[in-house]
This record gives sequence, C-alpha cells and structure tokens, in this order.
Amino acid sequence: MSDMNMKRRSLLKGAMAAGTVGLAVGAGLLSPRMVLAAWPKSAFDAKSVEDAVKGLGGSGTEASGDISIKAPDIAENGAVVPVTVETTLPAESIAVMASSNGTPLAADFMLGEGAGGFVSTRIKMGKTGDVVAVVKSGGKLYSASKSVKVTIGGCGG
Amino acid sequence: MANTIKVRAKEKDGEITVKCLMTHPMETGLRKDKKTGEAIPAHFIQEVTCDHDGKRVLTAYWGGGVSKNPYLSFKFKGSGGSVKVAWVDNKGESDSAEDSVS
Repeated sequence: MSDMNMKRRSLLKGAMAAGTVGLAVGAGLLSPRMVLAAWPKSAFDAKSVEDAVKGLGGSGTEASGDISIKAPDIAENGAVVPVTVETTLPAESIAVMASSNGTPLAADFMLGEGAGGFVSTRIKMGKTGDVVAVVKSGGKLYSASKSVKVTIGGCGG
Repeated sequence: MANTIKVRAKEKDGEITVKCLMTHPMETGLRKDKKTGEAIPAHFIQEVTCDHDGKRVLTAYWGGGVSKNPYLSFKFKGSGGSVKVAWVDNKGESDSAEDSVS
C-alpha cells in the first residue's frame, strides 16, 4: 500500500509538471483546437443524457439487467469517481455518463474484436446524480444507472 | 511529453487485462482561474487507442468528464504479444506506451 502511495505521489508531481508545460504551450501558440474526425462532438456537447444518446446514434435506450455498474454509493470527491461497467451482452460500445453534469457524456469506449464487456475508469461528477452506462449491442442501445451521492463537487474551480 | 502513460498487461485464462494510468490535466474548459478569473482553456484527451500486436482492441472517445490523470482498465481475449496504448488530446498532443503481456 505504501508503495502504491509513493507511486501516486510521483505521478501527481509529474501531472503538475505536465500541466505547466501545457499551459505554456496554450499561452504561447494559441493553436487552433484540433478536432478529430471520429470524435462524436454532438454527443459530448449534449446537455442531457437523452441528447447524448441521440448523439451516439440512438433514439432511446432500453433498461437492461445485464449491465452492472460498480461505483461508490457516496463519493467524497466528485473530481475522481471510480466507475466500472461490466456487461454480459455482446457489446460493441460502452458509454459512461454522469446525469447531473452539464455535459453528461464522459467517455465512449468502442470495443474491438475479442474485447470483453468490461471497462473501468474514473470520471468527474459535479453533483449528486446517476452514473449511466449505455451499452450498444446488436445495433440497439441498452442502459443501466446507479445513483452516486457526491459530497464535494468535481467541476468547480 | 514523454512517459505520460503507465501501462500493464496481464494474461489470465486466455484473457488479457490491461490497466493504464495517463498523466494529463483533463481541463474541461469550464473552470476559472481563481486569481485572474479567466477561464482555463480546455485541454483533455479525446481519443485513446489500444492495440494488441497491431490489432485494434479498443478505441475510447473521451470528453472533459474524465478525471484528471485518467485511469483506464479493460479486458480482451488473447495471449502473449504486446499491448500498445496511445492518446491524442484536443491540442493535438499525443503519446504512446507499450507493455509486453505477462
């Protein structure tokens, strides 16, 4: 455990250094924002879960019991909420959203051949709300959600 | 920015589990600098790709809703070889790292 903590420390230090470099680049160059062609901008810009689902190319989702979301019941720090999504459906993609965020869609994982229905990451949550997982399987969208109580928001500054 | 990714790939029963940690500020563009009151420009990873021996196993599209210094874990069927993880952010910066499956 202490070893893990040490690694975490050094990682945090690295993060600060990288952040400074990033800021310097931003201030000096003012380079135009790069836009990736495949990046689903409309889904990421969507202001509600429903709109984000539309942005992902679906009209609606069907609740499914075959999706399980592992996230804390109470998140002390909304800036880092660990979320694990697992599904037994033959998933093509798994999207993770936080319903209470200004832009709910946090991440969309496109699973390649052989990839199992499992992703784990950490997301930000501005306030208490639902973590929604949207799984695309056989051209249809299935969803599940889990409520997470956030005691300190992660989107303020 | 070198070495911003730590990646580990482990095989068990024909399934490879990949865990990776990336060092990135993941700014949403909505936060304000406390001292100046100016908005901090958005700076986040947009695309993460993972290849196993040159074969794409995962493409992840991310927004600003992913936490700073992102963690990512996923599983896929396969054995041996090496796993390569790469990211591209909204400023066009990129990095990649590789680990042989153990």
